[in-house]
Amino acid sequence: MKITLKVWRQKNTNTEGKLVDYQLDNVSEDMSFLEMFDVLNDSLTRKGEDPVTFDHDCREGICGTCSMYINGRPHGPQTGATTCQLHMRSFNDGDTIVVEPWRARAFPVIKDLMVDRLAFDRIIQAGGYVSVNTGSAPDANEILIPRSIADEAMDAAACIGCGACVAACKNASAMLFVSAKVSQLAILPQGQAEHRERAERMVAQMDAEGFGACSFTGACSVECPKSISLDHIARMNREYLGAKLASDNVQG
Amino acid sequence: MAWVTQTLSSSLGRKVIMSLTGLFLCSFLIVHMAGNLQLFKGDGGRAFNEYTYFMTHNPLIMTVSYLLYTSILVHALMAFILTRHNQASRPVKYAYSKPEANSPWSSRNMGILGTILLLFIIIHMRTFWYEMHFGAVPMAEYDGKQYKDLYAVVKVAFGELWYVTLYVICMVAIGFHLAHGFQSGFQTIGVRHKKYTPVIEFVGKVFFAVLIPAAFAAMPIYVYLQVHHII
Amino acid sequence: MKLESKIPEGPLAEKWARQKFALKLVNPANKRKYDVIVVGTGLAGASAAASLAELGYNVKAFCYQDSPRRAHSIAAQGGINAAKNYQNDGDSVFRLFYDTIKGGDYRAREGNVHRLAEVSVNIIDQCVAQGVPFAREYGGTLANRSFGGAQVSRTFYARGQTGQQLLLGAYSALSRQVANGKVKLYTRTEMLDLVVEGGKARGIVTRNLITGKIESHSAHAVLLCTGGYGNVFYLSTNAMGCNVTAAWRAHKKGAVFGNPCFTQIHPTCIPVSGHYQSKLTLMSESLRNDGRVWAPKSKEDAQKIQKGQLKATDLAEDARDYFLERRYPAFGNLVPRDVASRNAKNMCDEGRGVSKTGLAVYLDFADAIKRDGQKVIEAKYGNLFEMYEKITGENPYETPMMIYPAVHYTMGGLWVDYNLMTTVPGLYALGEANFSDHGANRLGASALMQGLADGYFVIPYTVGDYLATIGPADKIPVDSPAFKETEQKVQAQINRMMSIKGTRPVDDLHKELGHIMWEYCGMARNAEGLQLAKQKIQALKKEFWSNAKIMGDAEEMNQALEQAGRVADFIELGELMVDDALNRNESCGGHFREEYQTPDGEALRDDEHYAYVAAWEYQGEGNPELLNKEMLEFENVKLTQRSYK
Repeated sequence: MKITLKVWRQKNTNTEGKLVDYQLDNVSEDMSFLEMFDVLNDSLTRKGEDPVTFDHDCREGICGTCSMYINGRPHGPQTGATTCQLHMRSFNDGDTIVVEPWRARAFPVIKDLMVDRLAFDRIIQAGGYVSVNTGSAPDANEILIPRSIADEAMDAAACIGCGACVAACKNASAMLFVSAKVSQLAILPQGQAEHRERAERMVAQMDAEGFGACSFTGACSVECPKSISLDHIARMNREYLGAKLASDNVQG
Repeated sequence: MAWVTQTLSSSLGRKVIMSLTGLFLCSFLIVHMAGNLQLFKGDGGRAFNEYTYFMTHNPLIMTVSYLLYTSILVHALMAFILTRHNQASRPVKYAYSKPEANSPWSSRNMGILGTILLLFIIIHMRTFWYEMHFGAVPMAEYDGKQYKDLYAVVKVAFGELWYVTLYVICMVAIGFHLAHGFQSGFQTIGVRHKKYTPVIEFVGKVFFAVLIPAAFAAMPIYVYLQVHHII
Repeated sequence: MKLESKIPEGPLAEKWARQKFALKLVNPANKRKYDVIVVGTGLAGASAAASLAELGYNVKAFCYQDSPRRAHSIAAQGGINAAKNYQNDGDSVFRLFYDTIKGGDYRAREGNVHRLAEVSVNIIDQCVAQGVPFAREYGGTLANRSFGGAQVSRTFYARGQTGQQLLLGAYSALSRQVANGKVKLYTRTEMLDLVVEGGKARGIVTRNLITGKIESHSAHAVLLCTGGYGNVFYLSTNAMGCNVTAAWRAHKKGAVFGNPCFTQIHPTCIPVSGHYQSKLTLMSESLRNDGRVWAPKSKEDAQKIQKGQLKATDLAEDARDYFLERRYPAFGNLVPRDVASRNAKNMCDEGRGVSKTGLAVYLDFADAIKRDGQKVIEAKYGNLFEMYEKITGENPYETPMMIYPAVHYTMGGLWVDYNLMTTVPGLYALGEANFSDHGANRLGASALMQGLADGYFVIPYTVGDYLATIGPADKIPVDSPAFKETEQKVQAQINRMMSIKGTRPVDDLHKELGHIMWEYCGMARNAEGLQLAKQKIQALKKEFWSNAKIMGDAEEMNQALEQAGRVADFIELGELMVDDALNRNESCGGHFREEYQTPDGEALRDDEHYAYVAAWEYQGEGNPELLNKEMLEFENVKLTQRSYK
């Protein structure tokens, strides 16, 4: 296959970037999208040019590191998959592929296609946990959790924190990411003790990071590699409103 | 009261204001449409004029109408604030984006649709509400009682082809706005359930997005056809 | 060097309890006076950092990824073992201990493994309390499955994402401590050297991967939770960034390295499709419960399949060789990982492999689909089949899957005593980074167990003992000569790599190393091949330092430079692995020396001469490493030949 790439090149956060064209003549359809970038980088290095910087790690769709906006969609044309799970057989000979980094104020570009997603970590630090110290847990089977609840919690917990939801959303909203965690812990009995503070604090942190608001376009869920449901956003809205109305926190 | 301002200025709080005002406006549409169906009665506008008299003199309705004006303003203002915030959340746009692959057009263009609707409301209120309250509306007499003949104003307005066309286009806009807005309002306040969400979606997509706009659009068309003696 | 394992006296089942009592405690008010560095934020690192912070220590946690949540523990699919005996099927702490020792082919310490089995039950409790959504029965109790050939159902799981869920649990505990101010997090930061002064670990030197800045961090103790070194083979199921650098540089500062040649090859991975291949994807071992492994009986058929002239489904039943069922009638397709892997390799070596490359065998679900219906198979393996189709473009419901073994886990690692301390006082190694619990072969669903055992339930006790012994004053500032000297050395190495300006990209050199290791030090090894490998590695090392090409600057984000440092270390480690494999004149677990096999072709252990941990001590640049032996004593199990016939 012959492929024309238009890749976003940006030296660092503080410089301007631009799309640069590259030609690749020997692309196998069995290559993964990232392997195609490996081949590009190999040839760039041999020619004495700077290789393209991009985030990637496990290359099996679970770590959530890879993050390319490919031909107008996060993680490319395939749904339910990450960039590393995308293979060149999804493209045609002669295609032009535009590759950009995630775009959001809360995700500044570090270099080329690599962005900073620490905002997600800070949101989890704001309350995405159950406060239980090591050693203080009761026997695991003392907490009975019906299978349907466990399954629903697992659906939410499957989030890999890649940020495709933010990248896909026209408002760069992080609602799907935040709600997946709020929802997981809200439906599990272990999360009950802190469910109000959790919703309040995580939403406050989400706003502080500069993400947009939810317009319920559903793009996040469609592009989510783990197909996380919009149900969780509704549950978080409920949790948040309930918390605001019922918690003792008069300061906000 | 710090928590109230804090809540209402959060992204979720603002969306809740959008939702509650929006859903209130939806409920108003039902009442408004039901009342305006009097236009189809073919009684020379008597039922319609009696209805408008009731609407402008009943104290409860008058109170609610101020709530309605406020809702429109708050809904629009909040939309403006949220849109600004949302645009700022992505300072560098994508060079190439393909949103049609993952979301319906209406859901992404609520701002444009809303702006059209706001302009429509201004024109609409100038034509009828303003005339009714401050204009020189001719009088009609039924059973010895004097009524403002708003029906006459309707006939003049809807006798103009460009005005009817504008109305119909705006009703299409309201259809798209509500196709997304109605169900989205419920999502925002957390009403989502396997059993009830399909009902909400159906009501939104059929009743609010099609039937109500169609009924409203039928009114200027009907009056136009009548005025020009086509029917 | 005298290796002291520090295994406590007394009966096996009481050792850990006795040790916990014997270890010194740090007064609660004094804990805040101690700083601990944790390198790596996978299961071992995140759980250790969180637990130590909860106790009151000041923790600095480092990871090369952009977030602690991305550590490669996240990729584990199958599950985590625990001796809960919730299924009432005869499990016990002793049975888990026994299975682990036996599965490791009797090359692990009894004391460590028993402790692992003991604390396994606490791990499940802890994870459930954190909100880890383990699979449940309808009544709400936890579900279990049998895994990796175990005869009891003791594996807890969260769909096919158990590692992810456990890591997110540990990550949430870590995040809570970051919010509490007890953990300071350094992401996109790579440890490049250990600082040793006065015979003790004093801190680390790191590189900020975004700015390229070299920085020093001082602490009372350093914990390496940096995972395994499977990427020495270039192609493995490890994440691209997994590396041995932290462990290797600590090794060069005095930490001896245990059993480096013990690597595990997982039999059910998606085969290599071309030279551009960057990593291998594991398909859960559970597939072998229903899939039948086969290769064409004749070379001719195999060649036609390789050329695409024949399809798998074209081959009649009697033209197929179900080689595992044929050779191991009792266990069939469920033989342990090492046995299954080696047999697949043999098929391909005989020229009976399939796929374009000839390096694959079939895993066929046609019979299972016929027997149970597609619905049942889909419910069990739907997500795996989907994953397979995404990668290969083939539908496994219609045509057999192709599989080939791939490097998956490394049992070897930094030598540690019972307290998880390396031979450098104050330096600890946890999880896959240490050598301790799996012997020569790791059982399925045991890696997650070990990582969390070390981090949640062992290190919080043992590190306190060391800290109480040295006292809070025993720490040196980052501007002391020891730190400055190490920083300069690190900087010098970076400068040296940047100034080579050769012609070969680092990735290409890494690939070559991988080929050498896979060919000569992979699934089957022999003395001749290993000697050849040693020469090739030495030549590659010269090539690296004279011909590597790294673009960009050192003072910015530079992924090629990161890789260069890692590959330089992999090359050196590769040579040590070869030395270790040459030294171990026996076959055991993942280490199969062709010279030492039974007439049936099974691994032949030599307990008389090799029942020891080979602990290698660095002797300076260019000198052969010194072999230290820690003899393994077995008082509670009888050493037997593994048989799966």
